[in-house]
Amino acid sequence: MTLATSTTKTADFMSPSTGPSSGSRLYWAMADVLTITKRNLIRFRRTPDALFFSTVQPIMFVLLFRYVFGGAVKLGGTLPTGAKLPYVDFLMAGIFAQSISFGGIGTAVGLAEDLQTGLIERFRALPMARFAVLAGRTIADLVRNVFVIVVMTAMGALVGFDFPTGGLAFIAAVALWLVFAYALLWGFAVIGLSASNSETAQVIAFPILFPLLFASPAFVPVYDMPGWLQGFVTHQPLGVLIDATRALMVGGPTASLVGQSLAWIVGMFAVLVPIAVWRYRERS
Amino acid sequence: MSYAIEAEGIEKTFGGDVRALDGVSFAVEEGTVFGLLGPNGAGKTTAVRILTTILAPDGGRGRVLGHDVVSEAVLVRRLIGLAGQNAAVDPYLTGRENLTMVGRLNRLSHEVVAQRAGELLEQFGLVDAANRPLKTYSGGMRRRLDVAAALVARPPVLFLDEPTTGLDPHSRSDVWGMIEGLVGGGTTVLLTTQYLEEADRLARRVAVVDRGRVIAEGTPEQLKADLGTTVLDVGLADAATAERAAQVLAQTATRAPSVVGSMVELPVDDGPRAAMEVLRLLDRHALSPTVFRLREPSLDDVFLSITGKPTEEGSEDGASPVDVPRTDGKGRRSRRRPGKSRQVSATSPDGGARAR
Ligand SMILES: Nc1ncnc2c1ncn2[C@@H]1O[C@H](COP(=O)(O)OP(=O)(O)OP(=O)(O)O)[C@@H](O)[C@H]1O
Ligand SMILES: [Mg+2]
Repeated sequence: MTLATSTTKTADFMSPSTGPSSGSRLYWAMADVLTITKRNLIRFRRTPDALFFSTVQPIMFVLLFRYVFGGAVKLGGTLPTGAKLPYVDFLMAGIFAQSISFGGIGTAVGLAEDLQTGLIERFRALPMARFAVLAGRTIADLVRNVFVIVVMTAMGALVGFDFPTGGLAFIAAVALWLVFAYALLWGFAVIGLSASNSETAQVIAFPILFPLLFASPAFVPVYDMPGWLQGFVTHQPLGVLIDATRALMVGGPTASLVGQSLAWIVGMFAVLVPIAVWRYRERS
Repeated sequence: MSYAIEAEGIEKTFGGDVRALDGVSFAVEEGTVFGLLGPNGAGKTTAVRILTTILAPDGGRGRVLGHDVVSEAVLVRRLIGLAGQNAAVDPYLTGRENLTMVGRLNRLSHEVVAQRAGELLEQFGLVDAANRPLKTYSGGMRRRLDVAAALVARPPVLFLDEPTTGLDPHSRSDVWGMIEGLVGGGTTVLLTTQYLEEADRLARRVAVVDRGRVIAEGTPEQLKADLGTTVLDVGLADAATAERAAQVLAQTATRAPSVVGSMVELPVDDGPRAAMEVLRLLDRHALSPTVFRLREPSLDDVFLSITGKPTEEGSEDGASPVDVPRTDGKGRRSRRRPGKSRQVSATSPDGGARAR
């Protein structure tokens, strides 16, 4: 059974096949997730240019809206201090929305690429936990999202955002965005697993993202939009998240909006994770 | 006799009408190399994917060391190693990182993985490149690392889908030596290949697959024995002359001679006697040969004689990939390009354009 060159403990190699207990099954499943996560993080480290440019686009949006379009937007709100709401404070939630939604394209493209190159083919013939391929990918992409959020926070501070509701509320807003981002990444995973190649994955992602991001209160207040559109804008997931985190970051009633956000997040997990797993199983 | 790999009437249809496998059966004895040979699109990769649990068959069953590849897929995955047709490695990871990743996903401990990675990098001559990302590797190095990754967990059953495609002759014989070493240690290997020479050299038994069916099975010797003991190659000035010569020489051959470009290939029984007879006939018909050679029949000739279709040779180093365009009409011999040792006709109609 073993090779001529076999000098090491055969028992070590055979141990996985001696019916693992459920405890060790869980241990190995977690180890698989960690292995795939590590692999994807190494890729980020080896392609610093890609990481750099994933922050360039949101930075350009900050500058564009802060200095070009911002002046033309009429805001009605006020800060908790009673002062008139400056556009830069309004903008922060929109920038997070933009960074997180566009950041997910990498998940779709990456998965489509792994399918294309045959790496996932190899994974399928390994005794690993199958969901680890998706979990490891999404976790690594979440880490990238954290990085982008940190950069965007610094960028916001640089152009005049001064955390009017304090650090704690701001951290709560960031946390909400990250949980939402993780749910959204499973949606991008579905796209990546459905596309025939990585270019297609990108092409599919854009038309889904655009209406969500721009038919939203990300960059302009909703009250100038036509009534029929306002209904969509204020209830679609990205719109709800923007309103909730904006309330957390600049003031206003939060409870109902945060509740709605959590409802969307739970709903997205409940729908997107099973679809992604199903797509992964079916795809051959 | 116990079989390490069994395929029983495996069927697979893609998209409703592409019949990739149409009832494929074969069995591989433990500790031997089995060669799966066939032209592009024959269904070799599909068979490998089903036997390695990647794809579910529509009908029939596959077993690895007695375990069903569908109902006991998880167990089967612990027993197999796979180096697929496309080098399935991560170009951004180093050689060592790739091996470590696969080792960990094979559920080996960190210590064992580190040791195995070191051993394999050494064995495959990749020590110097161990800490470089794979995208800096040459095609051959990448291929070697891919095969190494299939060996990390020392699987008792190994699937190699065209393991030496794209390797130079030196790396190819390295991989061959490695496979022979593995089999010496008891590993069972299922090998698909486009190189007939490779199956001839490595495989104890060979199955020739065409359009999803096994059309011949046996030892390389048995397959060759079907043909005649010797092949006489006679090269002529051009294809038209060769056609004429084939008619003239047909009476000396054990079966119909084939014309490949400007070459006539005659399967004969008694080589030297046939050679004299052929020379006499050529002389009598005022045909002068440019090439005249007796040789052992290759699996290439076997494929030709079974399917009536030629194989197409696409590499410069003498090995013979099977590569028959599906649309090609039966018996259209002129698509085959002569190999290294044969004369290459400049007017060869396929002009060197290969489908792959
Ligand atoms: N996923 C798929 N979807 C649709 N058709 C497929 C798929 N995989 C294979 N086929 C078809 O099934 C047939 C057999 O393909 P397969 O890849 O098994 O051939 P092969 O013998 O490995 O060929 P090659 O020597 O080119 O690798 C081909 O006609 C191919 O087009
Ligand atoms: Mg193939």
